[in-house]
Amino acid sequence: MSSETEGKSEVSRRDFIGLATLGAVLLSSLSVLTGIFRLSKPTVRYEESTKFKIGKIDSFPVGTVKKLDERGVFIFATDEGLHAISSVCTHLGCIVAISDTGFQCPCHGSKYNEHGKVIGGPAPRNLAWLEISQNLDGSLEVDSAKSVPTGTKYKFYA
Amino acid sequence: MSEPNHNGIDSFRNNLKSIIDSFASSFLRSGKPTSDKSRASAMFNNFFLHVQGVKTHMNTLRPTYTLGLGLISLFLLLITTVSGVVLMIYYNPSIENAYNTVKDITYVVIGGSLSRNIHKWAGEGMIIFVLFHMARVFFTGSYKKGREFNWVIGIALLVITFGINLSGYMLPWDQLSYWALVIVANIIQSPKEITDSLGITQYFDVGGFSKELFLGGLNAGKESLTRVYLLHVMLFPILMFIFLGVHFWRIRKDGGLTKPDSFEPQESDAQLFSPPEKKGGIFTTNKTYGLMELAGGRTPAVDKDVENTVLSWPNLLIAELAVFFICFAGVVVYSFFIDAPLKELANPLIPENPAKAPWYFLGLQELLSYSAFMGGVGLPGIALLGLALIPYLDREQEHVGVWFSGKQGKSVALQALLAGTPVLVGLLAFVISFGWFRNWWPNVPQLLITLVNPGNLWVVFMMLWSVWVIKKTGSTRMGAIALFTMFLVSFVILTYVGTELRGPNWGFYWSHSQWPPH
Repeated sequence: MSSETEGKSEVSRRDFIGLATLGAVLLSSLSVLTGIFRLSKPTVRYEESTKFKIGKIDSFPVGTVKKLDERGVFIFATDEGLHAISSVCTHLGCIVAISDTGFQCPCHGSKYNEHGKVIGGPAPRNLAWLEISQNLDGSLEVDSAKSVPTGTKYKFYA
Repeated sequence: MSEPNHNGIDSFRNNLKSIIDSFASSFLRSGKPTSDKSRASAMFNNFFLHVQGVKTHMNTLRPTYTLGLGLISLFLLLITTVSGVVLMIYYNPSIENAYNTVKDITYVVIGGSLSRNIHKWAGEGMIIFVLFHMARVFFTGSYKKGREFNWVIGIALLVITFGINLSGYMLPWDQLSYWALVIVANIIQSPKEITDSLGITQYFDVGGFSKELFLGGLNAGKESLTRVYLLHVMLFPILMFIFLGVHFWRIRKDGGLTKPDSFEPQESDAQLFSPPEKKGGIFTTNKTYGLMELAGGRTPAVDKDVENTVLSWPNLLIAELAVFFICFAGVVVYSFFIDAPLKELANPLIPENPAKAPWYFLGLQELLSYSAFMGGVGLPGIALLGLALIPYLDREQEHVGVWFSGKQGKSVALQALLAGTPVLVGLLAFVISFGWFRNWWPNVPQLLITLVNPGNLWVVFMMLWSVWVIKKTGSTRMGAIALFTMFLVSFVILTYVGTELRGPNWGFYWSHSQWPPH
């Protein structure tokens, strides 16, 4: 063994080249794989923005519920203010409907109370409460990607 | 040479006359198979046939041994490949056109509906026959003696079969497709249930990442259809044929299909044997051990298996052709009478109620209704890992090629069936009547449900039962038989419950006629 003749050196020249090649192969395979995955992860989303306008405060009289189907959100107007609850079931993404006890999912029977808290079925999480903000022109905006703690209500003035 | 013109025209005329004959005999590289020798070379000189041996063991030809199941799976695959290419003439994978082109194929294109039905039913038939084939291979102990890895390849082929069916289900872009896609995307996202329970989702959202990678966005849309289409017509078929090639090649190298050591030919087999014509020479016996007769294996087994074999041409090929025609006729007749479903155009606003995955995933969907993570990722993962490891955990080499490894295995399988069925049915009846933790204690942490739910309990029961069988019989093979029988029992029962007994809101109904009108 050359490593013995060279004394100090622990890795022989041949081993070194072999290990370096192995490392290069592993590294390049890994980069190719990462590259393919990175390429497949969309950089641009060809879908509607998660932020959307829901109109002015006048269109939400106290005591009403508005169901915005295409956005997957319920807007509740109460004395304490507005709050938005997502209508996308946290189990497998079906659209929940309002029921006697709160919300119910048609797909696998998940049940939520009126605050979106899970009370039955397979859903692993509570329904998300979403952020509502007011633009300068007074219109309200919901961001379905931004959830806020359960119970967060917003007071807005026209 | 003296009169080249005259001779040339003559021979040209003769060639022209015999063109059919000469073309036919040139089709096989060694000419027409008229003797045993040329029949042998017809097999091993042919590109398509040489994956099979020149001689085939009698046991392989017994319909009661293989039941033709692997062959049927292969033929169904070929039928879906041809019909799939036909459908691609009109199908357009964009969310604007997908539904309309499928509608055109079904209602306008001549022969379109039949082609689509054939494609659909042959594809779903593959699931059934691949599972049956797996059961046959398992119960005859054919995953032993060098075939361990081929069993693992078989599991990979099973997964690809499920994947290719599922991706095809989404292409029509009707309500069924769309909501199945949504459900599958959320199954892919289900590791979130675990990361949420541990509170690490914001740092390590593997579920969300996988879902976005699969859908090409946050919601099912046009990018998703492109990806599913790519999987269905490119990635899965390529993988399928590569694995299939290896699957067949290894069977050939392992010396053909398994057979029992105790094999005895029956009287009716005698006519199939053709004794070698050679009588003289240095060998006084009638047997020849020509190279082409050596059976493969770890070492060439001279003096073994050469007996009880018959020439593959024509015996094996006729049997295969018969299976093909029965298979094709079955698919065509079924497709003639039963139409593949096509619902209204996908509508993201109105979920189907109940929203169901295709039938072959409804067993999983039943488990999903207990816990998304365990039903979608955990338990299927455990099942596949368990199946793949069977040949490595049961290394007994006896009784290969014998159904149920004999009498004891039969009773072990029967016991597993008789014990497993009531336990699983009872467990399901309990959940349906009384609910689970969430119904009793609404504030129960999700992690507890993920860890303790009916699906997990059933899997634990299957494992304990098999370990008990191993302890009782002292044989790992018996434990494997018990486990596999229960796996089949659970697949059948859960699929039945998910398909037939679950109605709107995933509620329990004895039949569709009891579903509330909506």
